[in-house]
Amino acid sequence: MLDLRSPSVQAGTLVALRLLIGWHFLYEGLAKLLNPYWTSAGYLAESQWWFKGVFIAIAASPTAVTIVDYLNMWGLTLIGLGLMLGLLTQAATVAGMVLLALYYLVAPPFVGYVYGMPAEGSYLIVNKVLIELAALAVLLAHPTGRVFGLDRFIMRGGTAVPAFDQAAREGAHQ
Amino acid sequence: MSDEIKQSGDQWLGMTRRSVLKALVSVPVLGVFVVSFLRKKAADDFKRRELLAELGVHEGGPAVIENAVSRPPGKRVRLGIIGFGGEGESLIRHAGFAHPQWVEDARLAHDEDPRDKELETYLGQDDLNVAVTAVCDVFDVRAERGIAASQVAVRPGGAAANPPARRFRRYTDLLASGEVDAVIIATPDHWHSRMTIDAASLGIPVYCEKCMTRTEAETHAMYDAVKRSGIVFQLGHQNRQSESHQKAREVVAANILGPVTLVEGTTNRNSPWGAWVWDIHEEGNPRTIDWAHFQEPAAHRVPFNLERFFRWRCWFDYGTGLSGDLLSHEYDGVNMILGLGIPRSVVASGGIYYFKDGRDVPDVFQAVYEYPDRDLTFMYSATLANGNNRGLVFMGHDASLRVSGALSVSAERDSTRFGQKIQDGLIDPSRPMFTYRPGSKGIDAVTSATAEYFASRGLLYTYRGGRRVSAYHLHIAEWLDAIRNGGDTSCDIERGFEEAITCHMATRSYLEGRRVTWDPVRRRIV
Repeated sequence: MLDLRSPSVQAGTLVALRLLIGWHFLYEGLAKLLNPYWTSAGYLAESQWWFKGVFIAIAASPTAVTIVDYLNMWGLTLIGLGLMLGLLTQAATVAGMVLLALYYLVAPPFVGYVYGMPAEGSYLIVNKVLIELAALAVLLAHPTGRVFGLDRFIMRGGTAVPAFDQAAREGAHQ
Repeated sequence: MSDEIKQSGDQWLGMTRRSVLKALVSVPVLGVFVVSFLRKKAADDFKRRELLAELGVHEGGPAVIENAVSRPPGKRVRLGIIGFGGEGESLIRHAGFAHPQWVEDARLAHDEDPRDKELETYLGQDDLNVAVTAVCDVFDVRAERGIAASQVAVRPGGAAANPPARRFRRYTDLLASGEVDAVIIATPDHWHSRMTIDAASLGIPVYCEKCMTRTEAETHAMYDAVKRSGIVFQLGHQNRQSESHQKAREVVAANILGPVTLVEGTTNRNSPWGAWVWDIHEEGNPRTIDWAHFQEPAAHRVPFNLERFFRWRCWFDYGTGLSGDLLSHEYDGVNMILGLGIPRSVVASGGIYYFKDGRDVPDVFQAVYEYPDRDLTFMYSATLANGNNRGLVFMGHDASLRVSGALSVSAERDSTRFGQKIQDGLIDPSRPMFTYRPGSKGIDAVTSATAEYFASRGLLYTYRGGRRVSAYHLHIAEWLDAIRNGGDTSCDIERGFEEAITCHMATRSYLEGRRVTWDPVRRRIV
């Protein structure tokens, strides 16, 4: 019978999570890259809470918006590729968390803040951005790229093999 | 040596075959991604191409942007301003002369909210090579403000400050002074025709605020005077310069809407300010205001009255209320896009339902115009006590066009032209076929809910080649360009005549409680 808590199932689900988040980032990035009308300005201009001033200032400056748009489009695309391929996984994970934290901070769903932008669900403090951010934190704590990813080729030796892989090996030889 | 290598027995780059496979485990997923992505992109591209080809409208800004580049201003034009209230001050600022206090306030507003670009837009205006040499206002405080603005040091394009304008207490003296080449009239409506006629008789070009006149008789007299003199005339409907209005004209010309049978123009405001309950200046009194002169051409003479002076739009003695102030804008927008001209008939109704403050103009007002020759009705509807934005909508058999700061076109579910495309799933009638946001890079034909939301937000400014400019500035620049180099203004006396007559038909209908018609042969309201 399949042991849902076996190290290999744990590893498999973590890799699946990494692939799904990578897929999401990659498509978000490419969709923006290929849409000549996309800009972050509208989203930034809706900003609320503490960092509202900064984000609105960016939205109001054509130069800043252009830079933010490029960072966003290419950031999402490269992070997505990194997560999918397991290439520079840790860096991609951290970068992804930073980006998600920024999205969250632009428009946090706190009590008292109402946004005009269409939303596909109902949120109170926790939204899907925050959940995706937490999922990346899980991936950071349980890295999979050096076993199930191209990091295996570029980062052999050095730091310790991830715990679940250790466990997987031990499990395999029990 | 690990157990894995012993087990597999074959190695690559020092790794077992099994660990290489593990490392490449995500590659097939990436393959699935790439295939799905390309399929989706192909489908979207196909949809977009089909749609734009079908519509016959191109993606960029309006094909013909009037006055996109104004010719370099040669001769310096000396401007006179008659009426330096809110609108007069705004017009003079858009000509390149902001009041110093305005500059200071705009700077503070920008510091507080970086989205506030008023000052940047002002400083980015073209230098129109004009000087404000004369100011006429019956209220001392406003005349002084005009003089202060005329010599402001902070000018667009780093232009130099000018010597102060001279104040005139009578506009006739201003016109006869020989110190002005052209005049802007921004007084209450009851003065417009008289001033324009006098300027025309001296051959002085006029930029006149809307509504062009207050009565039908004034409209004929003003039209004749301007035609006879041949002066360059511009009526202050700055929407003529709006990029979304120009793009809308293109959409109509491409016949995307099919037969348009109903056009709905609306005004919804919900504040005392929006209902013309404007500030009464603390220094306003019989010594600082030449009341007798102010009410000279008015239908009724009344004792000195601060409300009537500062909130003149609330009385028929000086204007026509919603009709001349806001219906006139909506009508001119529609007239620009469809070229409607004067309607055959109108029925108007309304009342003073909310602002029972002594005014005699209605605060709720509807006018239904018939254009049997064009097979359409234009309906205007307004309240000053509700802010629900209903916009300007052109309703055709095949599609609806909604014009605000931006523009969006939605197909009709039962459209003849788009029926097949709707069935094939190429067009979704529940959301816009395309939106056009002035200043963005062009038409967005795969409109998402978010894009639709942002497009629906009104924009105060219009754009030329992606640069934000005020429509007022362009409208004045166009007038000056015609003065210097000849050519037409976009809201000339013909359009002005249509505007004034159309508004006055509604006013007459409301006041007389009957259906009012236009006799195109005798050119009279009957």
